[in-house]
Amino acid sequence: MVGPCDVRVRVLIRPKAGILDPQGQAVERALPALGFEGVANVHVGRLVELDVEDPTQVPEMCERLLANPLIEDFEIE
Amino acid sequence: MRFGVVQFPGSCDERDALAAARRVGDAELLWHGDADLRGADAVIIPGGFSYGDYLRVGAIARFSPVMGAVDRFASEGGLVLGICNGFQVLCEAGLLPGALLPNTSLRFTCRQVEVEVVNTSIPWTRGCEVGQRLSIPAKHTTGRYWSPGDLGDQVVLRYAPGHNFNGSMNDIAGVCNEAGNVLGLMPHPEHAVDILTGSVDGLALIGAPA
Repeated sequence: MVGPCDVRVRVLIRPKAGILDPQGQAVERALPALGFEGVANVHVGRLVELDVEDPTQVPEMCERLLANPLIEDFEIE
Repeated sequence: MRFGVVQFPGSCDERDALAAARRVGDAELLWHGDADLRGADAVIIPGGFSYGDYLRVGAIARFSPVMGAVDRFASEGGLVLGICNGFQVLCEAGLLPGALLPNTSLRFTCRQVEVEVVNTSIPWTRGCEVGQRLSIPAKHTTGRYWSPGDLGDQVVLRYAPGHNFNGSMNDIAGVCNEAGNVLGLMPHPEHAVDILTGSVDGLALIGAPA
């Protein structure tokens, strides 16, 4: 249920730069096979959407559960 | 020695862990909703897919009531062994350094691996020699160990040359906490306790503190 005061938040979570991302690499290799050339730096991450009453809590939610800051970067929209 | 084997929704190796522990001592199951460890002398967090591996492997299990008790137990020096998903849970809980990432192959792989014991100063490896090889099965999709820093003596087990099938950093198969009472590893010592299944080398780890 979305209350009137709830704010829609999207959290984008992606593997940290420098950590091998075999999923991104697999997608990057697959695209030329379909004829799509000129694609580089493909990374596959996660999207978490949530409605929250207090958006100021979202960074802590990310740090403690939604992302693992050791291996993932997150971006809040 | 009394082992407590934690069962989360989605655990699947708790029965083998129980059976393995009963070869060297007493053992009972601990449910994830239990807030105490019922007097266990050592705790095993077994393999499986706790909470369906939702979000990230091990991410949800670390918040279950039993993990609060495990956290206190570990901080008081209690012996904890995390196997496969249990290793992932202990990393997520901050009881062990680093994290487990998807295998470089992106595939689930099940095979017998050889690991070398590189640190025998902790309770879980005190029955081993430095450089001793253990033949233990491994079976996982998310077992590529990664840590941002040099772990020194906290590296306890390494995949023997040619056995690092998941792409783990520096061939790391198992690590301990700074105090050495908490050990996590991706291979499954509880599946290597009977010669009928090919190896009894798992008893060298599970039986060490008993």
